[in-house]
Amino acid sequence: MDNNSTSIKHSGNMKLKDVAEMLNGRVVSGIEHIDKEVEFAFSSDLMSDVLTVQKDNVILLTGLANVQALRTAEMSDISCIVFVRNKKVSVDMLKLGKESGIVLIECPSSMFRASGVLFSNGLKPVY
Amino acid sequence: MTMHFEYKIEGGDFTRAGYASSQVKRSLKQLNVDPKVIKRVVVALYEAEVNVVAHAYSGIIEVYIDTEKIKMILTDKGPGISNIELAMEMGFSTATPEVREMGFGAGMGLPNIKKNSDEFKIESEVGIGTKLEIVVFIKQ
Ligand SMILES: Nc1ncnc2c1ncn2[C@@H]1O[C@H](COP(=O)(O)OP(=O)(O)O)[C@@H](O)[C@H]1O
Ligand SMILES: [Mg+2]
Repeated sequence: MDNNSTSIKHSGNMKLKDVAEMLNGRVVSGIEHIDKEVEFAFSSDLMSDVLTVQKDNVILLTGLANVQALRTAEMSDISCIVFVRNKKVSVDMLKLGKESGIVLIECPSSMFRASGVLFSNGLKPVY
Repeated sequence: MTMHFEYKIEGGDFTRAGYASSQVKRSLKQLNVDPKVIKRVVVALYEAEVNVVAHAYSGIIEVYIDTEKIKMILTDKGPGISNIELAMEMGFSTATPEVREMGFGAGMGLPNIKKNSDEFKIESEVGIGTKLEIVVFIKQ
């Protein structure tokens, strides 16, 4: 049986389309950028922590559904936010999403499950 | 050539926090500044903007852009900071639960602003307000 985490091949790039599919997610904004490829994911509800991430091609998994999550992604060049545990994207967030071109995905999984699924499918951790 | 922008910040108004940083990002992109430099500028400016919203009553952001550097001056009216050395420490925070609900208030803002700037100055007077000066050089 080959089920230990060391067997996971972190070969990197994954399309946002695949991210949404793996998480049973609903793309609520930025569908036109769904073929973009990303390499890393970072999971946090603390935006100050997200703002310390230096890598490129990162997506954010968060339970923080507010305008600051979008502003944080915008400043950090993060191209996609996954809102876990059915957190809903508000009208204000949608408006900002359209302006900044950030892909917004709502998904039912917990932060732990969503992170685990993406990790085991090869998306790399930032640290 | 120097470009100059100015923005007002309203204390407590979290819905607009980040508007100025977003506008600055747009301008720097149009000027074809290196994305790595833009990220340092707007990450620092955004944390500083959030600090005015979270901790002060009102403030002004002045941004000066020339061929060598981007200089940002944030001047606020607010409670000020009594111990700047302590405030600069990672993890020190007086943020309210409301600020923490917004995803901030972990005492990481000021250290990250400093880390992203090439020059950083902070002055504060208790009961009057706080002034931050952040410089990022365009050519590394
Ligand atoms: N503009 C400001 N006016 C008054 N106090 C401030 C200001 N900026 C920062 N501070 C003080 O410094 C502390 C640390 O700031 P910071 O590192 O950004 O962390 P945080 O904002 O998460 O608390 C704040 O909690 C607050 O006490
Ligand atoms: Mg702060």
